[in-house]
Amino acid sequence: MFLQVLFRVLGSSDLWQSTLQFGALLLLPALGGVISERSGVVNIAMEGMMLTGAYAGVMVDLATHNVLLGVIGAIVAGGLMALVHAIVSINFKADQVVSGIAINIAALGLTNYLLFIQTQGQGVHSLTDNLRLPTLNLGPLANIPFLGPILFQQNIIVYVAVIILLAIQFLLFRTNIGLRIRAVGEHPQAADTAGINVRLIRYACVISSGMLAGLGGGFLSMGIAGIFNSNMTGGTGFIALAAMIFGKYTPVGTGLACLVFGLGEALSTRLQDTGFSPNLLSTLPYLLTLVALIGLVGRTVAPAADGIPYEPGTE
Amino acid sequence: MQETTMTAPVEESNALPAIEMRGINKAWPGVVASDNVNLLVQKGHIHALVGENGAGKSTLMNILYGVIKPDSGDILINGELTSIHGPRDAIRRGIGMVHQHFMLIPPLTVAENIVLGREPGGVSSTYNLKQAREDVLALSKQYGLPIDPDERIEKLSVGLQQRVEILKVLYRGADILILDEPTGVLTPQETFELFGVLRGLVKQGKTIIFITHKLREVLELSDAITVLRRGRNVGELVTKNTNQAEIARSMVGREVLLRVSKEPAKPGPVVLHLQDVHANSDRNLEALHGISFDVRAGEILGIAGVEGNGQSELIETVVGMRKVTSGQITLTCLVAGQPDKVSDITALGAKAVREAGVAHIPEDRRGSGLVLSDSIEDNMILGRQTSPQFSRGGFVLSLRAIAGWAKKLVGEFDVRTASAESAAGSLSGGNQQKIIIARELSSDPAMLVAAQPTRGVDIGAIEFIHRRLIEQRDAGKAILLISAELEEIRSLSDRIAVMYEGKIVDIVSPETTEEELGILMTGGHAEERKA
Repeated sequence: MFLQVLFRVLGSSDLWQSTLQFGALLLLPALGGVISERSGVVNIAMEGMMLTGAYAGVMVDLATHNVLLGVIGAIVAGGLMALVHAIVSINFKADQVVSGIAINIAALGLTNYLLFIQTQGQGVHSLTDNLRLPTLNLGPLANIPFLGPILFQQNIIVYVAVIILLAIQFLLFRTNIGLRIRAVGEHPQAADTAGINVRLIRYACVISSGMLAGLGGGFLSMGIAGIFNSNMTGGTGFIALAAMIFGKYTPVGTGLACLVFGLGEALSTRLQDTGFSPNLLSTLPYLLTLVALIGLVGRTVAPAADGIPYEPGTE
Repeated sequence: MQETTMTAPVEESNALPAIEMRGINKAWPGVVASDNVNLLVQKGHIHALVGENGAGKSTLMNILYGVIKPDSGDILINGELTSIHGPRDAIRRGIGMVHQHFMLIPPLTVAENIVLGREPGGVSSTYNLKQAREDVLALSKQYGLPIDPDERIEKLSVGLQQRVEILKVLYRGADILILDEPTGVLTPQETFELFGVLRGLVKQGKTIIFITHKLREVLELSDAITVLRRGRNVGELVTKNTNQAEIARSMVGREVLLRVSKEPAKPGPVVLHLQDVHANSDRNLEALHGISFDVRAGEILGIAGVEGNGQSELIETVVGMRKVTSGQITLTCLVAGQPDKVSDITALGAKAVREAGVAHIPEDRRGSGLVLSDSIEDNMILGRQTSPQFSRGGFVLSLRAIAGWAKKLVGEFDVRTASAESAAGSLSGGNQQKIIIARELSSDPAMLVAAQPTRGVDIGAIEFIHRRLIEQRDAGKAILLISAELEEIRSLSDRIAVMYEGKIVDIVSPETTEEELGILMTGGHAEERKA
């Protein structure tokens, strides 16, 4: 009985369409994580940066009636949260995990508070269609049976995420800047003595990670949900973190990991009308995360200097 | 005063010095690292900067390289007053530094490490691997330093990693190379090769500053010597007019016994006995092919050999850190007035071997000898934290007893530190080593395994450690000594076992010459002598 349902669900293009959508939602913050940790700064605050981005995106969108400005607002908000993380962990050399936790909690409190005072406790309304991130419909391609809706009828951000994935893969492994980022994450002392500005690179990478997480948040609120709700990210940023580790800190690996987790998320939504407990089903992506981390991928080696503040003149 | 260049040495009267540092001062809170220090290095010279650990050699070079900002003083490069605000500045002025702990990134390739920070095409360009490889190959050819540009650093031997460091500096166009203790981690063969490389660089017009505390190397390689002690200039010497004793005296500030003085050994009964011991390496290949020897009470048995011929595996096997695949190791503890206690330690783990009476000075002081971030006190009792002397019921530490014990040992073993509560890692190498030696000797073992006991330690501390080892021998302990320094093996040992490819090829007397030992160590046969 269960298997029948499962097979029916697996055979529907709906499931795969939302797999890709959830995958892209995870991918943006996960890529942020990759770029930050490659430069040697642990960033577990993607959750908070996403949430801030989701909030700021909707608010700017509503205020300006311009989705593009909303997206920019989301990116800037995420970047600002990351700036805080950068200052705390690069300049003040504080513990990066503690800073990350603090930012996550602060982001939740801050967005709840701002939402409350801005809407007098009413909450925001759903965005009208013209204020949402559009779903592209690539003409005849979208009409291909099964594959059409999956590949060619997605939200614009899904395509943007894929382009960013390829861009970051190229940046990290095919450009001189990428070489420098990896060097800084592995051995900042060596990079410094080679004349590389360690601090500048770490700042740039951490802020970029926040911008990506912010864009992810904007995608969630302005694209998928069409509304901002309190704590609407609900752990997405943490699953993205797991996807980054699962993907061994490479953009392409992380992309594949996001697809796996995206499938978990999509399955848990699609199976809900089949009589399973929705509460139980919603744990599916997280269970999948645990299983993945236990050893499906073997040992993942983080960049050697990940999480260690750089102190010039030390060895 | 008249402007004049007459002060320059006669041989290069009209060449400006490559480096001149004048009146350099640098103080840290509580320590004066550099007190009005001067340094004059002639172009095309190999200039040795010597001094004990903490004499201020590295501080001075870090100032020259722009890593540390001096409180006052002038730096002249090729006669021109310069201010250096960081390594980038130093590199631009043609100064390159080969650090003691290599500044290489293990997962990246040789070519990537060399071009890093100065990649072909500049920062905004895509990564041009082909050009990087070509540049590295050209450089390697120009200076006669062969290297595979595509190999990852983590796969290279220490000697080759150092070669990459030198190439990295040359790639940045350095004319003046600073080498910080370059031979500390090298085998004798690698050291020999390095010296050839350095002489070749000087022929091509480079100037070299060489930081070291190994006197033999100073005499062998340098043209001129600057000696520092406690942050001050204490000697300017011309190498060809000086000798080891003079350099040592000015480094330490008193006469130093370079050669260990000792009475002939009075060997007692056998304490450690190895019978046809086999063991595997980390890569699961057999590393020890049937080792048999005895160490007697009151003697030092030295193991000589080129590094990587099974010495590390042998030590680990004896102290219980490596599994014996076949053969037997027995330990006999001699206690006056009691029957000898013979124990089979073949299959015991490190803790049990230690409890049976074997103390161990490990070869990797930072990795397995000390917990660097812990206090000296904690390190002094490491391994004995559950003994009734230091804990109640093996569970709650008796902090007062530990502090008292550590204080006593710090005094007895002359560990130079402000407080026994300081982290072990904050001390110099020699003082770190003294902590280990204090801990190991104070456990009153029957048998002492001493691996590289003076590696990276300055001459004052070497003298001290050697004296302690001889004292232990004279007190009737059995000592197994492993060292990469042939001179150390020859001066301390009462018998020398030569290891080659996982076997003891011969056991000879310490009078055997270095040449003969060298032949044995590389698999040749010494026909005549047998001890």
